[in-house]
Amino acid sequence: MKAYWSVFRARFTVQLQYRAAAAAGLVTQAFWGLLRVMVLEAFYRSAEAVPPLSLPEAITYTWLGQCLFRLIFLSPDPEVREMMRAGTVAYEMARPVDLYAFWLSRALADRIVPTVLRAVPMAVLATVFFGMQFPPSLGALGAWALALVGALFLSAAISVLLTVSLLWTIAGEGITRLVPAVALFLSGLYIPLPLFPEWCQPVFDLLPFRGLGDLPFRLYTGHLPPEAVFSVILRQWVWIGVFVLLGRSALRQGMRRLVVQGG
Amino acid sequence: MSGFRLYWRLIGASIRAQMQYRASFWMHSVAHLVDTGLEFLAIWALFARFRQVLGWTLPEVAFFYGTINIAFSIADAFNRGFDLFGQKVRSGDFDLILIRPRSTALQIAAQELRLMRVGRLSQSCVVFGWASWKLNVLWSPEWCLLLLWTLLGTVALFYALFVLQATLAFWTTETLEVVNAVTYGGVEAGQYPIALYRPWLREFLTYGVPIACVNYYPILALLGKPDPLGAPLWVGWLSPLAGMAFLGVALFAWELGVRHYRSTGS
Amino acid sequence: MSQIVVEGLTKTYQIAEREPGPWGAVRGLFRRRYRRVVAVRDVSFSVESGELIGYVGPNGAGKSTTIKILAGILVPDSGRCRVLGRVPWRERVAHTARIGVVFGQRTQLWWDLPVIESFELLRDIYRVPETVYRKHRDELVDRLELSPLLDTPVRQLSLGQRMRCDLAAALLHGPAVLFLDEPTIGLDAASKLAVRDFLWEINRERNVTILLTTHDMDDIEALCSRVIVIADGEVFYDGSLEGLRARVTNERRLIVDLEDPGLPLRVEGAVEIQREGHRRVLSFDPTKTPTPLLIADVTAKYPVRDLFVENPPIEEIVAQLYRDRER
Repeated sequence: MKAYWSVFRARFTVQLQYRAAAAAGLVTQAFWGLLRVMVLEAFYRSAEAVPPLSLPEAITYTWLGQCLFRLIFLSPDPEVREMMRAGTVAYEMARPVDLYAFWLSRALADRIVPTVLRAVPMAVLATVFFGMQFPPSLGALGAWALALVGALFLSAAISVLLTVSLLWTIAGEGITRLVPAVALFLSGLYIPLPLFPEWCQPVFDLLPFRGLGDLPFRLYTGHLPPEAVFSVILRQWVWIGVFVLLGRSALRQGMRRLVVQGG
Repeated sequence: MSGFRLYWRLIGASIRAQMQYRASFWMHSVAHLVDTGLEFLAIWALFARFRQVLGWTLPEVAFFYGTINIAFSIADAFNRGFDLFGQKVRSGDFDLILIRPRSTALQIAAQELRLMRVGRLSQSCVVFGWASWKLNVLWSPEWCLLLLWTLLGTVALFYALFVLQATLAFWTTETLEVVNAVTYGGVEAGQYPIALYRPWLREFLTYGVPIACVNYYPILALLGKPDPLGAPLWVGWLSPLAGMAFLGVALFAWELGVRHYRSTGS
Repeated sequence: MSQIVVEGLTKTYQIAEREPGPWGAVRGLFRRRYRRVVAVRDVSFSVESGELIGYVGPNGAGKSTTIKILAGILVPDSGRCRVLGRVPWRERVAHTARIGVVFGQRTQLWWDLPVIESFELLRDIYRVPETVYRKHRDELVDRLELSPLLDTPVRQLSLGQRMRCDLAAALLHGPAVLFLDEPTIGLDAASKLAVRDFLWEINRERNVTILLTTHDMDDIEALCSRVIVIADGEVFYDGSLEGLRARVTNERRLIVDLEDPGLPLRVEGAVEIQREGHRRVLSFDPTKTPTPLLIADVTAKYPVRDLFVENPPIEEIVAQLYRDRER
């Protein structure tokens, strides 16, 4: 356990060094958020029927997406990618630790630190100036916090699977290039999911990505009642379990493949 | 060999170089297609819910989306050299450009044509085609001329932004992500008519980084739609010049940057 | 008339002090603090057509800066400089068309393309007429034995192969002057020899003027009739290799292989400076102890297998020169 904790701490310090990048990222994200909010405002002004999400809810939803972007964004471990390119991934395999758990703790650290660095100032900015609202009740806040933990683990678990996919070189490159954008879309970071046509909703429900953004966001805005947190968490952790199992078995196969190839 | 021919000669060489990585080329092209496809899907979803936005219909917005993305993907495809320029300065490889008897901007610009941007280009062409068909555009000679002029202005504007970002590398070793916000944010902003935005952003997009000049005003003229903000239609014939002017300024800044580099050797 | 004239060349770098903190980079764009570092101070020399000159000095002495100024990359703060009658930094394009430059650690070839394609692109960049290009290319390919490499992408070449190709690339347009910055750095022994032989040949046969910087004193010893030594940005020796030796020391070395490894070697007028197995190295000054007398003395006193006289290695000479200068 101590090994994973020290990996976690090391990553934390590394990420803390990129404060200039974090500041630049903040400006970028604020600009994008504003653009999205303005587009939404224009559409809401033209609404003929009452949309399934109120404008303040949609705005808060959008800003949450900007704040938590780095938590939701799926990306393989950059170090493992480098090792695959340099052909030194075998050393990683030789570590005397549970490699899956090791990668998972790195994925968690790589999500928490940039999120903390970016989310807090972004949320303050958006709440003070750009119309982001507080949760309607303490219950909603608590429910959101619980769901956020699930989103974090879900994001990390899928990301580790992406990392593992890199062991299949070309296919891995393709998967890691395609999945993140699709996942962002299906988590509601392009457009809040409730605004999509009704017939799309069951499709979103069947997929794991809703648990990354949409469900926690709606708990925050109060669009989902706090009681819904139980079903949200259940859904998230079932998927986490699935991805951990998938990741572990894929990692086993990938390592066997590497051993056979002598990579 | 003239500068122009040399440019295409070097671009041709870069294409042959990329052909050595065929699998990677196809994968990245498809990825770009998906990336931009999702963006359009998001626009479609909003229209499916709201039907129209302040009097603008989906085909009209799709026309905006198509033109700006066609222009951006072309500019971006030719941008590789400037995109990687910061690295070149830091590693000192820019010296290898300076020891050759040709213009520095030409050599950097000709470094690579990124074929994989064809994914984004084809997707935006499809959207553009669909929008033009839905809107029953005229395809008259002067309409086509204006379209070409608009696209040229937009390509020039985006290219200018890339050149400016590269030019900053002469002065700072930090990669300034903020410039990306302007470039990519500009594409995003240009996908909708600026009439949707708040006044400060409209003004920034007209007088700051003149994306509206190469996009909004000429497209109004192309669609024959009176400006809800009140500008006369002829503005659209004139305003793409702003893109060219911006490129001129950027190339001037580039030359200053080269001079700075040669006198400081940083 | 001299091909290269350098007079009072001075170049100072301003090193920006980076400001810490998240806004440091942004603030740095507007206001900066600088530290000044003199790279080259009042450097003067001139080079005649067909000379082959070694430009020597420790790291950071200003070697590369001088080369960059001569190549038209950098503009000096003050001083005058003409290469083939042109001021390099003022007429960069016209100037670079007449010179060749090789940086040892960089390649100007196209990484993913076969070597021959890089050559063709350079032909177009330098506006070399087709017939001239063919003549130069064939000659270079022949001399550097490049024909088996021409269709190989550059990224697959070894360092030595790549350097040979880079040498050819720098000479395709038939420059009258060639600048080389550390051309043998990192090369294996065989490639070093190939590079040296080639430079010697083109200097002799095509009368190409060559100025090369190097760390490898073997390069200097093998190639250069003239050496310019620079330290802390200033020239403090310019002349022949023999003159450099004479200026520092008259020392000669007598290497003796004794029949009996156990014996100490003691002779008048020479000092034993090294002992290894059968071998003894004696240091002496031939102006005080004439060489024939010393040899006669040694062979009379000891049973000797073999013996020969050597100059001290050039590394030691240069190191000694720096030490003298410090004092």
